Amino acid sequence: MSETIQPVIAGHAEDGQVAAPSTPRNVPYRDGTANPSADALRARFGDAVHRVDVVWNETTVFVDRARVLDVVRWLHDDPSQQYDYLSDVTAVEYRDLDRPIEVVWHLRSLPHRRFLRLKALLPKGQPLVVPSVWSVYRGADWLERECYDMFGIRFEGHPDLRRLLMWEQYKEGYPLRKDFPLRGRFSRSEQLRQILAQNPEAKYSMEELNVLEAFDELSIEQRARLRGGEKVGE
Amino acid sequence: MATTTRTVEVELSTTGLDAQGRPQRVPLATDEAGNLVPLTPTPALEPELEGEHMLINIGPQHPATHGVLRLVLELDGETVVRCVPHIGYLHCGFEKIGEYRQYNQIIPWTDREDYLNSPGNNVAFALGAERLFGIEITERCKVLRVIAMELSRLISHCVWLGTFCIDIGAFTPFLWIFQQRERVYLMLESWIGARLTTTLTRVGGMGADIPDGWTEDLAHFVRTFPKVLDECNTMLTKNAIWVGRTVGLGAMSADEAINYGLSGPMLRASGVAYDVRKDFPYLDYETYDFDVPIGLSGDVYDRFLVRMEEMRQSIRILEQALKRLPDGPVNVDDPRVILPPKSKATSDMESMIHHFKQVMEGARPPIGEAYVAVESPKGEKGYYMVSDGTSKPVRWRIRPPSFVNLSAIPKMVEGHLLSDVIAINASIDIVMGEIDR
Repeated sequence: MSETIQPVIAGHAEDGQVAAPSTPRNVPYRDGTANPSADALRARFGDAVHRVDVVWNETTVFVDRARVLDVVRWLHDDPSQQYDYLSDVTAVEYRDLDRPIEVVWHLRSLPHRRFLRLKALLPKGQPLVVPSVWSVYRGADWLERECYDMFGIRFEGHPDLRRLLMWEQYKEGYPLRKDFPLRGRFSRSEQLRQILAQNPEAKYSMEELNVLEAFDELSIEQRARLRGGEKVGE
Repeated sequence: MATTTRTVEVELSTTGLDAQGRPQRVPLATDEAGNLVPLTPTPALEPELEGEHMLINIGPQHPATHGVLRLVLELDGETVVRCVPHIGYLHCGFEKIGEYRQYNQIIPWTDREDYLNSPGNNVAFALGAERLFGIEITERCKVLRVIAMELSRLISHCVWLGTFCIDIGAFTPFLWIFQQRERVYLMLESWIGARLTTTLTRVGGMGADIPDGWTEDLAHFVRTFPKVLDECNTMLTKNAIWVGRTVGLGAMSADEAINYGLSGPMLRASGVAYDVRKDFPYLDYETYDFDVPIGLSGDVYDRFLVRMEEMRQSIRILEQALKRLPDGPVNVDDPRVILPPKSKATSDMESMIHHFKQVMEGARPPIGEAYVAVESPKGEKGYYMVSDGTSKPVRWRIRPPSFVNLSAIPKMVEGHLLSDVIAINASIDIVMGEIDR
């Protein structure tokens, strides 16, 4: 076992300015107390913070989409904030199709026991691009890939932005968008027909295709053995 | 990496017994005459293949991947150089379906997402919807929900322990612990009528109150379950094989674990005492007396110890919940969300209209959004709901803890042996239903 790890006690900041937590009660619908980080963000970033909203005691800060990475990096690194934990990255599209799509980051500060929701608005008719926070939080890797997969939002700076839940060759769009029908694009019979007509090899990932290419590099005997379809235990 | 001498028990033509009469453990190498020879590194049979990497595919249909997880591993000999996980084989669009369902109709979907933890998911979803509606639940309901959450933590950890043992090669604890899991399922069945997919909660209350005599069953379970834990403890914790298969594997340091977004026992094994029940409490968890176990090195063995201790802490919480279970109504007195009793709905005109409107149109929360996180057995499980004032959410998002925990597997298995990949994967405690949704 390694001896280098010091236990990190969550909720115990060095300055000891953390109140004991308690189950929230009688939470006001609107106009609750905003998270102190909202004011700090306003003071630090000025115009990049568009609006602060408090609903059910959860603070939402709307930030300029181009400045998201700066804001997140500052929240992560600044000793007075220490938002070291990324809970979630997701997006919201409203039924009103003219409303912009919202990308939502849920951040937690374990030392200060704070919770903050960041939002960036992506207006319709413009490319859906936001900066990736992968360079700050490694945990954003799959969360951003899923968001890209489901909404088609591109996270600029993500090292490997591929489809995650759908397969890589999926061409029918982004399932969680409101213009995507609940039952999919085609009828059941049409879906079945397409699946049967597909070339299954087209679904192989790049790793497997590399293996197929390596076939030519095998020795003659190995190739013959593979072609012959060596059978064991039949 | 230092090579170690592997020893096996072999039946020898020589005596093969040591001074105490036990079979001798000898190096595998013997010469033609059966005499032992010092183990020398085998000369490479195909020197041209040295340094060549091999790709190996595990899953999606493989019992040790706990569902339909597929791992593509690049191996150098037996050492993992790179790991690429592929998921999505169980993807069925729960979040999309939720946008077309009323709040109470979504609760059955939460059963099927992390299906080892159904009561916990039901409670978590109901908490989220209640924040969206602005409902304060009754005291009895709070305690019943705590009981449901801790029971579901126990059954989830039971399955984890059983399958983890099987993956590493220990069969007996699997049988012992699954018997206990069965007892919890019998209790759940007598409470709500279902075993696996419980649909235990409703927005503003529970699907049913506990039946008469149920608390005695639970008290008996709480008394007897720790004995089984002790037995498993005796069998595993200091077992040389168990320790050898788990210590030092897949270690994550505290900073890495936080940065990768790990949660639950995975994060606590790395030495971070973050537990949603303590740090962002709900259901009055701050009034229960329990400890948060943490590990030191964040390896597979620490995760095992943390989960074993968590089960004991759950038993402590259950004991306290049993003592304080108050009488009183289970459901809130709020006609917006609570249906009238069936007997009244079939005999009283107003109640029938109320029932009809409630079922056909559904309850409408005010415009707003809520993110409610609970400590599920796998980690921080969050439900994020956005309402536009209609009876169906605009967006219902699950923050799946094992999804984020699994995303760190390439980092965890790097440099370990192929057989250790199975142990590391089992220590994450994944449920593919939750990962793919």
